[in-house]
Amino acid sequence: MAHEYARSTTLRTPLGRARGLGAAKSGMHHWWTQRVTSAALLPLTLWFVLSAASLAGAGHAATVEWIARPWNAVLLLATIGLTFHHTASGLQVIIEDYVRQEWVKITAILVTKAICVVLALAAALAVLRIAV
Amino acid sequence: MSRKQDAREAIMVGHRSDGSAVQRPLSPHLQVYDMLQMTSALSISGRITGVVWVGGVLFMVWWLLAAASGADAFGAVQWFASSVIGVIFLFGLTAAAWFHTLNGVRHLAWDAGYGYDIPSTYRSGRWVLVGTALATAATWILATGAWLT
Repeated sequence: MAHEYARSTTLRTPLGRARGLGAAKSGMHHWWTQRVTSAALLPLTLWFVLSAASLAGAGHAATVEWIARPWNAVLLLATIGLTFHHTASGLQVIIEDYVRQEWVKITAILVTKAICVVLALAAALAVLRIAV
Repeated sequence: MSRKQDAREAIMVGHRSDGSAVQRPLSPHLQVYDMLQMTSALSISGRITGVVWVGGVLFMVWWLLAAASGADAFGAVQWFASSVIGVIFLFGLTAAAWFHTLNGVRHLAWDAGYGYDIPSTYRSGRWVLVGTALATAATWILATGAWLT
């Protein structure tokens, strides 16, 4: 099944190129945004986990007062957005790795993204309601 | 397809972009890789702890929503967090979160090009495990101290 192509510098078939940019289907974007969100989440998550640990047993009023402080609210919103983006991307690669049927894979990825968006909005709304 | 030489080849079936079958290793890898090695074991653990942390994220959302809803809803969160199941859940979550974070830093170092050789990989893997244990203990000492005061 040998074919001669005008450009022999690439091993890609024209159909392969047309079908979606290789296995990753969108180049470097997913990989890079995972690294960016990981790097950003490193300080944010450390801050959140240590803050939440120090709030253990603090009671409702103290917790609300802590969330209401502008700097905490801003960092919480950043944490929520980045966490759900990182989570949705991470779950997407897991689904892509282990789910074989195309339609089940696509559906699972879309449902995961949808749930992450809704939960992120709900959490952000909660923070805004307390802090605004 | 030609006669299979090895049972592991049964899952090595992929497709080229024109649809023809090709034999190459694919996920899942769990049936093939020796999981008692530092490399493969920490790799799959990084993925597993990420999924476990999704449970933690859900708890965080519940905590925030309850704080915004009022003292009753927040009381439910605090009841869960101080129950036996809750403490076990949060402790496991802390350990998983620290492992995922430290292993993530290890990955970022690899992405930057550092530490690819086997001795470095094993050393960084050991540091991740030790760091996870220490950080989990430190977090829980902090939380217990805050809870008691």
